[in-house]
Amino acid sequence: MRNLNQILAVTWLNILNLPKRLATSLVAIVGVMAVVLVFSAVVSMARGFERTMIAAGSDETAIVLRSGSTAELTSGLSHEQTLVIASAPGIRKVGDQAITSAELFVIVNIKKKSNDSEANVPLRGVQANAFEVRQNVELVEGRMFEPGKNEMIVGRAAQQEFKGLDIGSTIALGRMDWTIVGTFDANGSVSESEIWTDVRVLQGAYRRGTSYQSVRVRLEDKESLAEFVETLSNDPRIEADVYSEKEYYSTQAEPLSKFIRMLGYPITFLMGIGAVFGALNSMYSSVSSRGTEIATLRALGFGPIAVLVSTIIESTLLAFIGGLLGAALAFVAFNGFRVSTLNSNSFSQVVFDFAVTGELLVQGIITALIIGLIGGFLPAVRAARLPVAQALREL
Amino acid sequence: MKYFGLIWRNVWRKKARTSLTILSVLVAFLLFALLNAVGHALTAGAPLSAAQRLVVIDKVSLINLLPISYGNKIAAIPGVRAVTHATWFGGYYQDPKNQFGQFPTDPEVYFDIYPELELPDGQFEAFMKNRTGAIVGESLAEKFGWKVGDRIPISATIWTKKDGGRTWEFDLEGIFTTSDPRGTTAFMLFQYDYFNEARAFGDGLIGWYVLSVADGADPVEVAKAIDAEFANSPRETDTSTEQAFAATFARQFGNIALIVQLILGAVFFTLLLVTGNTMAQSVRERISELAVLKTVGFRDSTVLGIVMAESILIMVIGGGLGLGIGWMVAQSINEALGAMIGGGIFLSGRALLVAVVIMIGAGVAAGIFPAIKAMRLSIVDALARG
Repeated sequence: MRNLNQILAVTWLNILNLPKRLATSLVAIVGVMAVVLVFSAVVSMARGFERTMIAAGSDETAIVLRSGSTAELTSGLSHEQTLVIASAPGIRKVGDQAITSAELFVIVNIKKKSNDSEANVPLRGVQANAFEVRQNVELVEGRMFEPGKNEMIVGRAAQQEFKGLDIGSTIALGRMDWTIVGTFDANGSVSESEIWTDVRVLQGAYRRGTSYQSVRVRLEDKESLAEFVETLSNDPRIEADVYSEKEYYSTQAEPLSKFIRMLGYPITFLMGIGAVFGALNSMYSSVSSRGTEIATLRALGFGPIAVLVSTIIESTLLAFIGGLLGAALAFVAFNGFRVSTLNSNSFSQVVFDFAVTGELLVQGIITALIIGLIGGFLPAVRAARLPVAQALREL
Repeated sequence: MKYFGLIWRNVWRKKARTSLTILSVLVAFLLFALLNAVGHALTAGAPLSAAQRLVVIDKVSLINLLPISYGNKIAAIPGVRAVTHATWFGGYYQDPKNQFGQFPTDPEVYFDIYPELELPDGQFEAFMKNRTGAIVGESLAEKFGWKVGDRIPISATIWTKKDGGRTWEFDLEGIFTTSDPRGTTAFMLFQYDYFNEARAFGDGLIGWYVLSVADGADPVEVAKAIDAEFANSPRETDTSTEQAFAATFARQFGNIALIVQLILGAVFFTLLLVTGNTMAQSVRERISELAVLKTVGFRDSTVLGIVMAESILIMVIGGGLGLGIGWMVAQSINEALGAMIGGGIFLSGRALLVAVVIMIGAGVAAGIFPAIKAMRLSIVDALARG
């Protein structure tokens, strides 16, 4: 109990003294703040991207691609094959109609609003059941495209990120003009980065004959995937790979999120080390500038433990302040920040928002506290070991 | 230089603090190195000669194919010196994660258009003679441990063969290097004739044309002439210099690259600020000692020089180590991710120069204010402070 009182007293004294050591304390705070800010910024980028990709995937929807293709863009299926796929068991039905959508996934050059430079925007040709095979997509403005016409609907994110996609505007694909007639929402998922149109019209425009690239099917339930895969793999008319939509999108997300994380974690770690040095330095100079004060306290009967703990508390407190500032700044600056980038797997743009989640902020602040503890420990030991008589002589 | 001993002793008078300061500087410059290396890959990946080369793609999208017959029409346009083509093959080696660029092309013209690519004697001839031959860049050969004479199976993600198979086998006939330090060698070239004959679909179609313009011809005018030639045809073209093409492509990564660079830049300057402040403080603590130097007869300018040399030395030691480690890390990142983003994660000479300027500048900035203060202080006052 006596120890606790002493610790509180010395800590309080340290805190009252902080303004005198403003410069070095600020240096420690700013160092930790930078670590938390950078950590949050980078990880929230990876989080946001993953969230967008994962939100797109359901395990009650399966995607069928030509065997060996790693993405829709490189796949190819004939009209006959799509019919074979649609007749396989395990697919949910409305009446006697299987819920499937054979689709074409191509790219169209459209300028980004942010830098006025051309980007690969994904353009998807879909069949009538496109909204049924995806559970999270709905039309929120305008109307659906009419089959057979040069009309398109655009995802909300694409509309905000790329030029000339407002309802009523036209875009040129080759020598044909297409009109935007509606906007759809997909719950923040990757589909929102896309433009959709009638697959038959798109086949003509991109000279794809009657070929498709993927078939999405709505399964009866999760368990029926196995039966569906089994049937297709035994059918000699078709060589296809089947993925659950969830699995497909997490594979698609992997390279970019791996890239961001490979960049982010080592940088955070390095900066953390830098911040520890900053904290160590500022605490050492704090201890050496308070040498006389500490010795006086010791002479008055305060124990070494009190001095040790109070020094650690001081540095942890500084780090905590830095951490809070960094977290707050990250949240204000980055949460919901919308960017688009090229996803190498689909070779097209994905629009996503940075996600500074609560969990991430907590991780950032824990990192700050660890930096404070490490940065405070050695100086604290030195403070506690300060020879009292000698320090007092220096007075 | 005769004061080096004194400066060196001063640097290490507080070993712990100096080590920590040097380590912070090290970390800052390590980040600087990585920032520049990655930035280089995202912005300046295009080789030097790229401004004199043109790329012709389909106007609607890069993924659309163009007829091989366009080649002769392009070659006939004034100002075009040589033209070849390439197609994205999109295969992988053994595991889908091992993706890299493979391009069927007309190798004879390709090597003419890309003079920076170099093959050892005899390998080019061997490659030209072998229909199923292929050549790869040295970085790829190193990564997968390939040697000339190996038979390399590539799994196709797009191009199935006429026999239904999707594994294409190539004889490795050569390993090329590049004389352009910015260029990448993480790709593979093989014969278009073999590709066109064996593929199941897409007969007579290629991905894009690359051409070099004749001496004295204006690349921009030639590009316009090419697009005009195919205007109002069913497949219109979009021609740009290879440099502009690469820049547009890099911009597709968009704000992400910018954000990463801003973050790293902020970090770098924060770290410098923090360490600069610590160094300045350590000089301030020793003002009375500097007064002693003046008492024993050191001139003002010598004292200034000694203090500045000390802080610059710390910056240079830390910065040099940081750049060295950064260079090694950049190399290993390039190995791991280079193929995915097109290579070129690389620390340029210009970045090194900038780093050295920053080191010296930061050393001066950290030392100069306390040093000037020490220089101006009257000896009596300074000694009294001790």
